[in-house]
Amino acid sequence: MKATCWMGPQKMQVREVPDPQILNKRDAIVKITSTAICGSDLHLYNGFLPMMEPGDIMGHEFMGEVVEVGSGVNNLKVGDRVVVPFPIACGNCNACQAGAYSICENSNPNAYVAEKLLGHAASGIFGYSHLTGGFAGGQAEFARVPYADVGPLKVPEGLTDEQVLFLSDILPTGYMGAEMCGIKPGDTVAVWGCGPVGQFAIASAYLLGAERVIAIDRFKYRLDMAREKAGAITINYEEVDSVPDVLKDLTAGRGPDHCIDAVGVEGHSHGVLYAHDRMKQVLRMQPDRPIALREAIFSCASGGTVSVIGVYAGLIDKFPMNAVMNRSLTIKTGQCHVHRYMKPLLERIQKGEIDPTFIITHRMPLDQAAEGYRIFNDKLEHCEKVVLKA
Amino acid sequence: MGTSIEATANATSGNGGTAPLGSALAERARPRAAAAARYQRIANEDRGTGGESLADFLGVFSIGLGLAQFLVPEAMSKICGIRDAEGNKGVMRALGAREISHGVAILSRQQPEKALWSRVAGDALDLALLGKTIANPENNRGRALFATANVLAVTALDVMAARTLSQQPRTIANEGADKGIIRTKRSLTINKSPEECYAFWHNFENLPRFMRHLESVSVTGERRSHWKAKAPAGATVEWDAETTEDRPNELIAWRSTEDAEVFNAGTVRFERAPGGRGTEVRIELEYKPPLGKLGSKVAMLFREEPGQQVMDDLRHFKQVMETGEILFSDATKQRGMHPAQPDDKPVQL
Repeated sequence: MKATCWMGPQKMQVREVPDPQILNKRDAIVKITSTAICGSDLHLYNGFLPMMEPGDIMGHEFMGEVVEVGSGVNNLKVGDRVVVPFPIACGNCNACQAGAYSICENSNPNAYVAEKLLGHAASGIFGYSHLTGGFAGGQAEFARVPYADVGPLKVPEGLTDEQVLFLSDILPTGYMGAEMCGIKPGDTVAVWGCGPVGQFAIASAYLLGAERVIAIDRFKYRLDMAREKAGAITINYEEVDSVPDVLKDLTAGRGPDHCIDAVGVEGHSHGVLYAHDRMKQVLRMQPDRPIALREAIFSCASGGTVSVIGVYAGLIDKFPMNAVMNRSLTIKTGQCHVHRYMKPLLERIQKGEIDPTFIITHRMPLDQAAEGYRIFNDKLEHCEKVVLKA
Repeated sequence: MGTSIEATANATSGNGGTAPLGSALAERARPRAAAAARYQRIANEDRGTGGESLADFLGVFSIGLGLAQFLVPEAMSKICGIRDAEGNKGVMRALGAREISHGVAILSRQQPEKALWSRVAGDALDLALLGKTIANPENNRGRALFATANVLAVTALDVMAARTLSQQPRTIANEGADKGIIRTKRSLTINKSPEECYAFWHNFENLPRFMRHLESVSVTGERRSHWKAKAPAGATVEWDAETTEDRPNELIAWRSTEDAEVFNAGTVRFERAPGGRGTEVRIELEYKPPLGKLGSKVAMLFREEPGQQVMDDLRHFKQVMETGEILFSDATKQRGMHPAQPDDKPVQL
């Protein structure tokens, strides 16, 4: 089959690789019809996350048709059309049974390495380094899906791939980012980053009752989308002296009640602190540039919530713990527990409460995945989201 | 020494003798004494002396210095102010080899205090040699004095670390070291009842399903079993074991029989985890690695320590109990490094 392989930083290649096989009884093999490049794939593309090996198959947002099931899978049959959640979760451990699927205790076969780096291991993830298990990803023609009796969501008839594909990751991720804020009527929410997850966080904040959502980015086309499609008030941080000051102004001194970091390890900014972070990143002294996170904490109203859905890779410094502690902020974070959001969000799509297709700017054949990465990473052609058709 | 364990744990130490536990609390808020004592004992068992990080530093320092002495003896002689660097190459190399062996012994974490005391002896030798260097007018006295000052500083650290570690309690990790026995323990919470965990483990023939180094275990009598394990280079090792203790739903202990070629013994405990979290499973294992004492040192140095293996086994036990089987990824299904992509060989389930 054809698959998008990571061959080194900024080196993606669509290569011919062996077809997947059933490795465990609870596996299914899915013939992929649509898959997407995620913003978090760019962190791998740029080499900021550890433990990648040349030949690793990328991709954790995918859907398709079941073509084979293992003997332990009773709820799926060949021919079913499914969307696959990006965290791999067993459904049996204490974490899964509490609904915290992305910290499944059984799905990362490299848990011992993850424990050394993180203290405890999190779940396995498709196509997301050996630190999350070394599972082949879904930017390919076929994928093996472990615990297929737990993860995949059957797609009801009448919905297109593009309407449901983002249930695999970014729609639930954006939604969880907003849900973690505990939004109350009248609340103002600020969202850093207007990539796909940021757009869905903005839309979700409105779905959950936010009065106003303010979006922060530096690309005009992304801010336009956030304003026109998701309904945000927008700030271009390159055009203002201080984002926290503008946010204060917009909220008459209170600051946003909740702040969502949908940026993560590769934040941008201007000024001395950015140069400092960038230099440390280049020297491999710090894998992350936590600019958005610092700004979110600094801007957040006292007593408010900072919700972190951007991905972080390592230790960060100059963390404003003084602001967090003295101003009673709550930090909530996590890889999305996709499984628990898929059905409710599918219902919202069916009811027409949200149409997730608005973020798609590029549709390409799988063959051109490498080009898709380049366009998405370099923000060319006003790229917001690349969907690959296998 | 995070994994060190006191062998003869004192159940009463740590909770202050006879005073009731949590006496500042109202009666109804106090922890149950029996349960708390059990956990306090585990905490006490994990105690080290706090001297481990300095010892580790000295171990790494030894290896670094030793490598420099061994690989570039002339340069190291010059740093010490020795003029005839060429003629002293052999001596410098021998000193380097000594440093490396000390470093390895310290980092292997088996009786590191002995290695540290022998480092102190080495320091004395170094100081004597430096004294000779200073006495010889041909040498660079300034450099030799500077080197002496450095050795004195390190000697002080060596003595400090050796004294701290010498006060360390006998632990499960270091107690058997004299006989080349490695001891270790690990624990994990499993979302099944103690009854289910016990029942599965009690049938020793199930063990190879989650202990990947085992080929088979067959039950040969009421308390006896025959074990077959994979050894390096495709060989197998076999031995007989007997069950030494069996408390239903609580504990199983076994050990290899007197006449067995290899020595190993194990205990597994099952305790109900609080708040419906399943079972706390705790394993203690002891065994003699091949090549005796040396083998155990090498194994400990590379942290190929049994702890890692036991942890893997426990994780697999958890997977089998909770999910029915051990999960593989495309990368971990293969031996050695393998990219996260399917293999072209057909897979046997």
